[in-house]
Amino acid sequence: MNYNVNEKGYYGEFGGAFIPEMLYPNVEELRQKYLKVMAEPEFQKEFNQLLKDYVGRPSPLYFAKRLSEKYNTKIYLKREDLNHTGAHKINNTIGQILMAKRLGKTRIIAETGAGQHGVATATVCALMGLECIVYMGEIDIARQAPNVARMKMLGAKVVPALSGSRTLKDATNEAIRDWINNPVNTHYIIGSAIGPHPYPDMVTRFQAVISEEIKWQLKEQEGRENPDYVVACIGGGSNAAGTYYHYLHNPDVGIIAVEAAGLGVDSGESAATSVLGKEGIIHGCKTLLMQTKDGQITEPYSISAGLDYPGVGPMHAHLAKTRRAEFMAITDEDAMNAGLELCKLEGIIPAIESSHALAIFEQRTFKQDDVIVVSLSGRGDKDLQNYIEYFKI
Amino acid sequence: MNRIKQKLNEDKKLLSIYFTAGYPKINDTVSIIQDLEKNGVDMIEIGLPFSDPLADGPTIQDSSTKALKNGMTTEVLFNQLKDIRKTVEIPLIIMGYFNPMFQYGVEAFCKKCKEIGIDGLIIPDLPVDVYHEEYQTIFEKYGLINVFLITPQTSDERIRYIDSISTGFIYMVSSASTTGAQSGFGNEQTAYFERIAKMNLKNPQIIGFGISNNETFTQATQYAKGAIIGSAFVKHLTKSGVNTIEKFIHAILKN
Ligand SMILES: Cc1ncc(COP(=O)(O)O)c(C=O)c1O
Repeated sequence: MNYNVNEKGYYGEFGGAFIPEMLYPNVEELRQKYLKVMAEPEFQKEFNQLLKDYVGRPSPLYFAKRLSEKYNTKIYLKREDLNHTGAHKINNTIGQILMAKRLGKTRIIAETGAGQHGVATATVCALMGLECIVYMGEIDIARQAPNVARMKMLGAKVVPALSGSRTLKDATNEAIRDWINNPVNTHYIIGSAIGPHPYPDMVTRFQAVISEEIKWQLKEQEGRENPDYVVACIGGGSNAAGTYYHYLHNPDVGIIAVEAAGLGVDSGESAATSVLGKEGIIHGCKTLLMQTKDGQITEPYSISAGLDYPGVGPMHAHLAKTRRAEFMAITDEDAMNAGLELCKLEGIIPAIESSHALAIFEQRTFKQDDVIVVSLSGRGDKDLQNYIEYFKI
Repeated sequence: MNRIKQKLNEDKKLLSIYFTAGYPKINDTVSIIQDLEKNGVDMIEIGLPFSDPLADGPTIQDSSTKALKNGMTTEVLFNQLKDIRKTVEIPLIIMGYFNPMFQYGVEAFCKKCKEIGIDGLIIPDLPVDVYHEEYQTIFEKYGLINVFLITPQTSDERIRYIDSISTGFIYMVSSASTTGAQSGFGNEQTAYFERIAKMNLKNPQIIGFGISNNETFTQATQYAKGAIIGSAFVKHLTKSGVNTIEKFIHAILKN
């Protein structure tokens, strides 16, 4: 079984490029060039240099001793939260801004939900001196005010998405419409492993640095490259794709994908796409998608804005369908409690997205000598208000 | 012969009108079609509303959202149209995004279109290659013409490829944009219209996006077989309601 993208842009039956003709020249140019550009030694050098000196990579692989004791197994945290700007999102935006420059683009657009990808995009645009426009749902602008301010300080223009449900899905629609209207000078930096081919593969490759590092870091600490499990939360699936990438074809390594159950998978207020979704087309790719029986895309719900997306990257749809990955759904409540637990046991305040991945230990048992690597995709600073309100701190 | 082809053979410039099914009111669909035909419109694109219309500007987005709120679904639309051929003769095209058709089942959708007397489909987010490889035989089986878009950015080579797969007309998007009314065409656009006209394509072209009035309609049809008006008509429905369709169409066709 192949879990990577094939030459036509599909992961099994998922993926492809279902785009209007207006976007064809841009997406086709990217498709023809991305692998070549990424393979250039100059590109690699600049990418790796920035990841090291600007982002602060490698991010630590930290053995969480007290958490491990509590759950009677061996838990390592991959500390993407310690990256510059506070999440894994910057790995992708560094890669894509270098790509955009090589394609001769001068204007950058992005969508954002929680604002983490928007901040990471605004940051690299400031770094490279490029114009930056970030689309963000009107509702998310209100609930993620600190990140809106950060983007503005970094010089980005934040444009409210006023259509539909005014959240991440609609911000993505607006970004795509902007790209249709500005086909020549603009590059669209998609923030997750979603969108038309080659985006899911390109984003995955930029995030693959996560599992590349895990391999040598685990070798140093445990004497072996392969953990028994890798675990990550899934919104669109970029931190997960990066965490799994170098283990996809290694049957010794179990893959656990954690989705947001919201108020409960069957509550009608959920974002557990692998359970609630059906095959369909969203934002240019065929994947699992939450929709009505008529094929209208429905509104997901999660307390975490970064997981509040009705689709999932096509790679993950394939991992779900083939059962290569074990999918788990975690409710708001369980995620929030797991987040607070990490604060108390390890002195780390996680992003609510990442807290979903941490919550699996209450639901599933592991063997005492299992080695489990959890992607701690982001830090919780952006979520303080949410934590404060939730726990009445 | 397919009604679209027959119409394209007529010795005149064609006016095609787009509207969103189920808007302004859920049951306006049939009467809008009848009124458009009565007032001299040559062809109609019936918009099947979608929750996330990526290629559309604010006007058609809003009409789609409202139509869905009004209760429009694929099934409802097919029911509304089931007797349409008893009263309407001009070509009818369904324009919609791929996901609702995919959920209905592409073959079932095409079969239903044939039963009703739909002549063609425009599906902006179904790429030419996917159509060619997976769905063309189904469309042909049910006698449906699939219409493809080209834009000012489409390369000559790709235009030739699209022309080779097309069997009705080519939908020429007037500028790099989502749908929405514009006031006029500049030099860049007329240069593009001329370039395409000179390519001597096998299929006639109909220009859409940004046609809003008599002036833009006349301008576009200097270079192409016809023109499509969408957002401007939907705006008119929003502002003036369904009883003044005659006025809108006559203003477009006044000379
Ligand atoms: C910290 C963090 N983790 C995870 C995600 C989810 O995105 P993805 O599934 O692409 O990793 C987000 C998105 O905003 C995020 O900010």
